[in-house]
Amino acid sequence: MVSSSLRIHELCKRYGDFVALAPTSLDVAKGEFLTLLGPSGSGKTTLLSLIAGLAHPDEGRILIDDADVTHSPAYDRDIGVVFQNYALFPHMTIEDNIAFPLKMRKVADAEARRRTAEALETVRLPHVAKRYPRELSGGQQQRIALARCIVYRPAIILMDEPLGALDKKLRDQMQLEIKRIHRELGTTIVYVTHDQEEAMTMSDRICLMNAGAIEQLGTPADLYFRPRSVFVADFLGESNLLSATVRGVDGDGLDIVLAAQAAPSRAVGNGGSFAAGEPIKVMVRPQNLVVGDAGGGGQLAGRLSGRLLDVMISGSLTRLYIAPETAGMPQLVAAHPTRSGAAPYEIGQLLSLGWHAADAVAIRDGKGI
Amino acid sequence: MGAPLVLLLMLFLVYPVGQLLLLSVYGDNGFTLAQYRQLFASSVYLDVLLITLKISLVTTLVCVVTGYPIAYLISVVDKERKTTLLFWVLLSFWTSFLVRAFAWIVLLGRNGVINKLLISLGIISSPASLLYNFGSVLVGMVNALLPLAVLTMLSVMENIDRNLPRAAATLGAQPGMAFWKIYFPLSLPGVAAAGIMVFVTAIGFFIVPALLGGRRETMITQLIIDQVQQTMNWGFAGAISVLLLFVVFIVFAAYDRLLGLSTMTGAAAPRNAAPSRLSGPLQKAGDALLTLLGAISDRILRLLPSRRRGRNPDQAGMGLQAFVWIMLLIISAPTILMIPLSFGSGGLNWPPQGFTLHWYETVLSSPLWTQAMLRSLLVGVGTGLLAMLIGTPAAFLLVRSDIRGKAAWLAFILSPIVVPRMIIAVGLFYVFARMGLVGSAFGLILGHTVVAVPYVVITMMAVLRNYDTRLDHAAQSLGARPFATLRYVTFPILAAGMMSSFLFAFATSFDELTIALFATGGLNATLPKQFWDEVTLQVSPAIAAVSTCLFIFMGLLIFVAERLRRRAAAR
Repeated sequence: MVSSSLRIHELCKRYGDFVALAPTSLDVAKGEFLTLLGPSGSGKTTLLSLIAGLAHPDEGRILIDDADVTHSPAYDRDIGVVFQNYALFPHMTIEDNIAFPLKMRKVADAEARRRTAEALETVRLPHVAKRYPRELSGGQQQRIALARCIVYRPAIILMDEPLGALDKKLRDQMQLEIKRIHRELGTTIVYVTHDQEEAMTMSDRICLMNAGAIEQLGTPADLYFRPRSVFVADFLGESNLLSATVRGVDGDGLDIVLAAQAAPSRAVGNGGSFAAGEPIKVMVRPQNLVVGDAGGGGQLAGRLSGRLLDVMISGSLTRLYIAPETAGMPQLVAAHPTRSGAAPYEIGQLLSLGWHAADAVAIRDGKGI
Repeated sequence: MGAPLVLLLMLFLVYPVGQLLLLSVYGDNGFTLAQYRQLFASSVYLDVLLITLKISLVTTLVCVVTGYPIAYLISVVDKERKTTLLFWVLLSFWTSFLVRAFAWIVLLGRNGVINKLLISLGIISSPASLLYNFGSVLVGMVNALLPLAVLTMLSVMENIDRNLPRAAATLGAQPGMAFWKIYFPLSLPGVAAAGIMVFVTAIGFFIVPALLGGRRETMITQLIIDQVQQTMNWGFAGAISVLLLFVVFIVFAAYDRLLGLSTMTGAAAPRNAAPSRLSGPLQKAGDALLTLLGAISDRILRLLPSRRRGRNPDQAGMGLQAFVWIMLLIISAPTILMIPLSFGSGGLNWPPQGFTLHWYETVLSSPLWTQAMLRSLLVGVGTGLLAMLIGTPAAFLLVRSDIRGKAAWLAFILSPIVVPRMIIAVGLFYVFARMGLVGSAFGLILGHTVVAVPYVVITMMAVLRNYDTRLDHAAQSLGARPFATLRYVTFPILAAGMMSSFLFAFATSFDELTIALFATGGLNATLPKQFWDEVTLQVSPAIAAVSTCLFIFMGLLIFVAERLRRRAAAR
């Protein structure tokens, strides 16, 4: 199956004084599933529009398979776009919608009919060919939009929050569907979403964007376990962020001291270079926060105590909200799998908290690296 | 709740029009076809009908073809420029037909701007006679009806998802193809609606052909006026009205057969519109034609020097923008040129000479004009209030309740827009004459309410549809009784919509001439009637002064309405 690589070089877009996309470079490999993740206004949709040719960059270049397409119009790029609200043509039947790109490419009628039927098979909706878009449910329209996109086998498919309008259950189902189609076709996909769970589930790599620039680019695990900035740690999943100061560096490990606490502790350097005396943040994921009765937890790297404020059970996870005894330290959250039976702790109880050195990740204070 | 409206329409629409039609077949000795025999005896009346159809058809074509790019541009530009463009269209829309027609008389006159310009450019050596021919009537008609065409098409275009042409581009459609195969078919309901609105309005026009046309541009409504005003021949006026109604009916029937009347209200966004009733070979031919048009435009576009580089694909082309501004200039300039002329002391010749307030003094010291202004304000406010009072409950009924035959009720309520105004006017005149209401402000308010109330109902229905009824439920759950809910929640939220429909009704009445033409006169005249009487007698600079006042008044009104609308939107 056809599939192309995409290279973006110092691409930049401004609207008046507003920088929608600061000069940005990005490589997407053949057949890769890359997600552009970020809050609204972070520039992800701008970047997608530029790649699709629906907006023109002020500077920079876009290369598809090493061919410069920066100034090619959208209809010459051989890119497929699945729009947020599907953009199905309301005056055409489903069949005509799907055949439209083939018609534009002057594919012979018989061949077009065959491929249209095939695409409908792929999205598992062969029976709706003669209907009009408004007669389909949201989920079905979504599949048709996908079919219209894969039918002409574009080398790259761009998806702009394609599941945003669907409810949770349908969204989960469609995520699997899109992954299946990606596997079967092997097409390069650039996917935009603001939903971090969706990004984690689907992507080979995630490109996390913030304020018109790339904040961090890497595999879901990279971003989750080794965030390079407070923004990344905050955006992907829950995290506890503690202020600390670097005491010494050995290899990838750091000797640190938590703010307002004299006891030394350890953290993972996370590939960044830190200097002794530097103020940093230490991130501990809720599931890595070990909770015990006061006084326990001898061999742990970090140690604190705090009072239990609240317990919340959200399905498979139980969250404990804890106010540390140390003044000036933010409220912490610990998570462990929900077990049946009575809650082990009482509200107001004093608990000991700790974490293993490998689970404490040092992050530069302030903006990313 | 709808009873007052039904009563109003039965008494002052159905009954008068029915009377008039009956008069055409009932003579002194019972049933007779004498009127119709006279109508078809010579070719005179049929010729007038043919001229009417020809003028209306050409007007419609020009309005739709030139209005389309204007509506398109307004639908794609950013908010700020949209407000500007829309202001000029609305200003033109709301400027009295009379004022605009009068402006063209001055503009096209022997010493008018156009002649002066052509002479100074050396194109002609002596003033050409530009007035009183088919061309001048066409210019006047297009100027009068272009804003209507633009606004009708705009209401459909604004509902077209802007992502669709973009989606077409990503799917491989070049700009011409994307336009003809995707955008154009989706905008067709608007084109059709604009076409029929303009055509039906044009058929019933008399101001423009009377002021700008010669004998050979006499239109059918002018015949009706002559029959009533000069010979008091009700029966024959009725017969001509039947002929006119018949033509309108055929037009609507054909429209319904081809496209379905439901597309007309504009309520049917293309998203929900039923698939076109054109089917089979016709649809295929249409599709092939669009493909061909797309291919040709793309071929032409490719010949043009490539300016795509660095250009936002969403931006409208310079050519389109230039065209739209020129059209807006053409429809706005005549009225604006009245302003300097009204302060000039050298009559209505271009360029204006000197500066004088003489014409304004003349107007203000004339009891005819001052009375007419007061009268028009009184009747306008009366009409606005009455139309609101009667129209709002009916709109509530149509939106909120499940009455049977809603479409039929709506068609009935909208019928005053569809029935040519002249027929309503003559019928009302006949009925008023027997009730002693001719010349009374009350009678006029009733008549104006009949023609203004459909606009109130449409506007209020749109407002009510957007109103979140859960707010009412919330109020009720918080302990508010129905009346308290209306007073504290529903009406405050609907206030802006009610205000704008009041303004709509007011403006309709303020500009209404047809009904006022028969039902008023002398010191009873409304402003349009006084204007008409003056302008048919002589073309004087005093009228330019009145035009200027009217123009500025309408400009202010639109400005206020727009501010109200925005404040409501910002909430």
